[in-house]
Amino acid sequence: MSSETRSKPARKPKIAVFKFASCDGCQLSLLDAEDELLAVVGAVDIAYFPEASRAMLKGPYDIGLVEGSITTHPDAQRIQEVRRQCKTLITIGACATAGGIQALRNWKDVDEFIRVVYATPQYISTLKLSTPIAEHVPVDFELRGCPINKYQLIELITATLVGRKPNIPSYSVCIECKRKANVCIAVARGVACLGPVTQAGCGALCPGYDRGCYGCFGPMESSNTASLTNQFHILGQSPEQISRAFRGFNAWSWQFRKASEECERQ
Amino acid sequence: MPVSSTGAACIEVERVKENAPKVLDASRLASLIEALRRRGYEVIGPTVRDGAIVFDHIESAEELPAGWTDEQAPGHYRLKRRQDQAVFGYAVGPQSWKKYLHPADVRLWSAERQKGTFRILNNETRPKRPLAFLGVRACDLAAIAVQDRVLTGDRYRDPVYSSWRDGAFLVAVQCTQAAETCFCASMGTGPRAQQGFDLALTELVDNSGHRFLLQAGSDRGVELLAELETLPATEETLRQEEAAVETAARQQVRSIDTTGIKDLLYENFEHPRWDHVAARCLTCANCTMVCPTCFCTTVEDISDVTGDHAERWRRWDSCFTMSFSYIHGGSVRATAKARYRQWMTHKLASWIDQFGSSGCVGCGRCITWCPVGIDITEEARAIRETGSHGNT
Repeated sequence: MSSETRSKPARKPKIAVFKFASCDGCQLSLLDAEDELLAVVGAVDIAYFPEASRAMLKGPYDIGLVEGSITTHPDAQRIQEVRRQCKTLITIGACATAGGIQALRNWKDVDEFIRVVYATPQYISTLKLSTPIAEHVPVDFELRGCPINKYQLIELITATLVGRKPNIPSYSVCIECKRKANVCIAVARGVACLGPVTQAGCGALCPGYDRGCYGCFGPMESSNTASLTNQFHILGQSPEQISRAFRGFNAWSWQFRKASEECERQ
Repeated sequence: MPVSSTGAACIEVERVKENAPKVLDASRLASLIEALRRRGYEVIGPTVRDGAIVFDHIESAEELPAGWTDEQAPGHYRLKRRQDQAVFGYAVGPQSWKKYLHPADVRLWSAERQKGTFRILNNETRPKRPLAFLGVRACDLAAIAVQDRVLTGDRYRDPVYSSWRDGAFLVAVQCTQAAETCFCASMGTGPRAQQGFDLALTELVDNSGHRFLLQAGSDRGVELLAELETLPATEETLRQEEAAVETAARQQVRSIDTTGIKDLLYENFEHPRWDHVAARCLTCANCTMVCPTCFCTTVEDISDVTGDHAERWRRWDSCFTMSFSYIHGGSVRATAKARYRQWMTHKLASWIDQFGSSGCVGCGRCITWCPVGIDITEEARAIRETGSHGNT
């Protein structure tokens, strides 16, 4: 907002960025938005963002961005406090919205992993499951992706600041792919592509480079995984391969979970 | 000087003579593209890209898909080599001309806040050069006619569509072979292009050589045709051409029986077949994206972080999304069943009430490019065979 239109400067909204079990890639998307970041910094107070700044302002915060899944007892406690401190809580990325790639352990014995991986397993305290933030506290908006799309993040912050609905579609990747005039690799080359059941947001990145969609943005609004599973069979994929396709970054989302478990039963 | 009736008849005879079909040797196809470019047109035509025949900007005849064809089936498309060097020896590709006439993303306007006021910037996008479409099939001509009616047919003309459509030069190509997914013959839209083109071309490759039969469909077409080095068509060539287009009709294995289809679908809103198709439908919206007549768009308002710059974009939308039917409280068509039924019933039935014709032209793209191969002809047949007919 320009200074002419404002009689006295209003308090800038305070933004905080919190990290749970994750690779930090989604936070980096914010730092990666070079052209837009200066404008964001001008419009908000980055009050708490350890990845970017040592300055840490106390809460409460207007917007809290949460990256990562809940995998430990302390984190399960900490997210409660984060929720209390944030007026609007936005989860970002596949870890925070679906449990992330680390949710693959949810199908296995995590104690066995600890024994095999760590020299001194007795120091490790962890939960059996890796779970999304929304399973622990109410979430105002879930921004999908592994990693998230930085333009979607800027759009979400902008829309939240001005109080309008963010333009974040929940339809399929196919719509983005077709708008870009890509040739469908599933139909023209027989590639097992998760695009039809996956939410848009990446700009149909992989199909644009001749790769099938990996489902990084999680299930679309009405994903029919059973029908796509059947089509993957027709394309010559084994139940193991199909199950693995659904067991990616969003494996623990209930739609992809159901799909992979049905393949395992076969 | 008043024109006598004999004079008028002479002019008429002259016109018919001018408009007589001509034969262009295949080696001279480049001259057609050159003639269009000389007239200031940007030529858009078929070319091979990413394993399919797509539409793109064409500079020369070498970019056309000579020697290629397509193999199509439900949910299946493969680019294949032909035995001959036919340039238009394929059916239809994944894209239709709406890629150009009704673009997927259009910025309607942008605005800036300046000194406390809000200024709308004039950023109307008009084509720099008029477009010439090379290789418009009969089904796609019919689709353009449908979009003409929908988007410019009443007093609310779509300025974006009109800006591309007005002045566009259409070179039709008569089909001489059909894909497995074609059903234009049953929709009454093809395979012969009857009208709506400036020039129509039929490719003939046989013992008599590789050549094109050209027929003008407008004054502009007559003028352009006169510039090309052609020979008059013999009776024999005309017969061969007739037979070639008939082959394309005969090869079609799919059809929709359109008899009373409007009432049929209106009366079968609760048919169990809708559940059957909903189990397969991915609601991914591919059918609507590739459909040459689907015209729905959504409008997105975007603003930057400072709020000093705003834009309004229009983008292709689909009745298969939840947001499409969202009203306060939720989506009206929440299930796949409701959405597929809406699409097919609109396409084949309520379109007739709304725009005076079917919304389906029988190009078969929705069948080929459905990732799970849902076949609209099969769905329509299933409802006809097992649904209720009439009020008896």
